[in-house]
Amino acid sequence: MTIMLTLERVTLGYGKHTILRDINLSVGRGEMLGIIGPNGSGKSTLLKGICRLLSPAEGRILFENQDIAAMNRGQIARRMAVVPQTPNLPETFTAFEVVLMGRTPHLGRFRFEGYRDFDIAWKAMEITRTQPLAERTMDKISGGQRQLLTIARALAQEPKLILLDEPTAHLDINYQIEILDFIRGLCRNQNIAAIAVLHDLNLAAQYCDRLALLGNGAIHAVGSPQEVITEPNLRDVYGARVYVHPHPVNGLPTVLILPHDGSGAPPQNS
Amino acid sequence: MSLGVKTTTTPQVPRALRWRERVWAIGGIAIVLALVIVFSASLGSAHIPFLTTWKILISELPFVDFDGTWSRNTEVIVLDTRLPRIILAGLVGAALAVSGTTYQGLFRNPLADPYLIGVSQGALLGAIIGFSMPFDPQGLAGDSVIPLFAFLGAIGAVIIVYAVARTGRTLPVTSLILAGVALGAFLAAINSYLILKSKNEELHSIFNWMLGYFGMSDWNEVLVVLPFVIAGTLVIWLYARPLNVMQLDEDQAQQLGINVERVKLILLIMATLVTAAAVAFVGTIGFVGIIVPHAVRLVWGPDHRFLLPLATLVGAIFLILADTLARTVTGPEQIPVGVITAFAGTPFFLYLLRKRRRGTFF
Repeated sequence: MTIMLTLERVTLGYGKHTILRDINLSVGRGEMLGIIGPNGSGKSTLLKGICRLLSPAEGRILFENQDIAAMNRGQIARRMAVVPQTPNLPETFTAFEVVLMGRTPHLGRFRFEGYRDFDIAWKAMEITRTQPLAERTMDKISGGQRQLLTIARALAQEPKLILLDEPTAHLDINYQIEILDFIRGLCRNQNIAAIAVLHDLNLAAQYCDRLALLGNGAIHAVGSPQEVITEPNLRDVYGARVYVHPHPVNGLPTVLILPHDGSGAPPQNS
Repeated sequence: MSLGVKTTTTPQVPRALRWRERVWAIGGIAIVLALVIVFSASLGSAHIPFLTTWKILISELPFVDFDGTWSRNTEVIVLDTRLPRIILAGLVGAALAVSGTTYQGLFRNPLADPYLIGVSQGALLGAIIGFSMPFDPQGLAGDSVIPLFAFLGAIGAVIIVYAVARTGRTLPVTSLILAGVALGAFLAAINSYLILKSKNEELHSIFNWMLGYFGMSDWNEVLVVLPFVIAGTLVIWLYARPLNVMQLDEDQAQQLGINVERVKLILLIMATLVTAAAVAFVGTIGFVGIIVPHAVRLVWGPDHRFLLPLATLVGAIFLILADTLARTVTGPEQIPVGVITAFAGTPFFLYLLRKRRRGTFF
C-alpha cells in the first residue's frame, strides 16, 4: 500500500493551549482510517490540522511527500475533501447548486462551471442516490440527506483523500450503515483514502481498516481494530469499564457496556 | 479520485440552476433601466414628450444625427439638468444595492445593509463638520467640501471598526458587526449632540443631507462618483462565485479552496468605497441597500453571479424612480428622496415578504 498522507511529530493547539502532542500517523491509498477517542480528545482538531484549517505548531504534514504548509487553499482542496459534522448549508440554494460547489477548487477564480462540472456533480449525486433532491432547496432537506449531499459535494471535488467528522452522528441506524458502507466502497473501488472521526466504537471496529485511539493529548494506540479496541485500552482512555467481545458473525471486536451501579450484573446461579 | 465522467453533449443539468431564466432577467432589467432613464428625463416641471427625449439622448451618441426639432432650451433641460441627476441617482442606487448585497452575503446576515459597519454615522459626522465650516456656508454645492468630508468620515469609521475587529490574521464577521454597531452608536451620540448645537440655517442642510438630496446634481458630481461605483461594482461581481461558496460557512469555504480572508478583505474594501462614494454627495439614503437585495433574492434566487448584477440594476431603477417622484410630486418644493424610498419601498417589500413561498431568507 502506498503511503498518501504522513503526519510527522505534529503538535496542534489553539494559541498556547496544546490539544495534541507529537502525533505520528500515516494513511495509505485505499485505506479507511478511523479516529476514535473520548470527547475533547482532539479528534476534530486532528482533522482541522490535516486540512490546514489549523496550522501545526510543530511538525509537518506531507501529502504524497509534499508539505501541505507550502500549498495554497486550492491545491489542498483538489487533494482532500472534508465532510463536516453538521454542515451549515445555505437554505435557499438548491441541492444541485450545493453539490456543484464541490467543483470550486477545479475552476479558475472567475470561471463559470461547464458541462463537465455539471456531469461530475450529477454523477456524484447518482452515486449518493441524491439525484431526486436536486431541485429542492436546502431548507426542505433532512439531516441524513444533508449528510449525503455533503458527501456528494466532497465527491464532486474529486479528492484523493476524504476527511469525515462523525459522518453518522444524529443519523438513524439505516443511514449509519448506508453511509459507512458507501465510504468503505469508495476506498475499495476508487482507491481513495478516508479518515473518519467516529464516536461509535462498534461502527469504527466494523468499518475501518485501522484505528487511531486518541487520549490524553496523544495517540494512545494505533493499529487494527483487534489491536486497538481492547478492554485495557478503553479503560485507560475512556475511564469506563466495558466488555469487548468478538462479533458473532465476523469476529471483529464489539464493545458491550455494563452500568457501573451493578444493576446489569448477571443473575447469580443458586 | 476521478468519477470517470465523460462529458456529454446533452448534459442532464437539472432545472435546479435556472441560469437561462436569470440571464434573460439581467437583459430584461437592463432594458427596463434604459426606459426608466428616458422616462424620468421626460418628466418634470417642463414636460417633454417621451419620443423627443429619446431623440435628444440618441443624438448625443457618436455618428447619429437627428434633425433637431426641439428647442435648445429643451436640450439643456434634458442633458444638463435632468440627465446628470438621473445618472447620479442610478449610480447611488446601484452602489447601495450592490454593497448591501455584498454585506449580506459576507456577513451571512439578512439584516446587514451598507451602513452596518459605521459608514453612515461616519459620513454624517464628516458632513456635519463640513456644514459647520465657516468658509462654506452654502453646503450642498457641487464644489463644496461636504462630499470630501463625508467620504473621509465614512472611510475613517470603517477603518476604526476594521482595526478593532481584526484578531491576528483573521477578521471574524461577528466582531466586525459588533464593532460596527458599537462605533455607530458612539458616533450617533456625537452627531446628535452636534446637530443639537448647530445653527438653525445649518440644521436644514444637515437634515436634507441625512434624508438624501439630489437637488444640486451636475455632471461634475457624476464624473467623481462614476469611477468608484463602476470599478467597485465590477470587482465585487468578479467575486460572486467565492461569495456563493462562503454562504456555506468560512471553514467549508476554505476546505473548498477559497482564500476566505482575502475575499472578505477585498469585498469589504470595495463595498465600503462604493457606499462612501455614493453617500458622500447625496447623503445617507436608507432602505435601498437592504430592500433591493432581498427583493431580488426572493424573485431570482441566491446565486450571487446573478443576484449581484440584478441587484445593481434594480437598485439603479428603484432610486431613479424614487428621485423622479421626489422632484415631480410636489412641484418645486422637493421631498427628500430617503422619505420616498422608505415610503414606497417598504410596502412593496412587505408584500414580497408575505408572498414568498420559501420560509427563509438565505
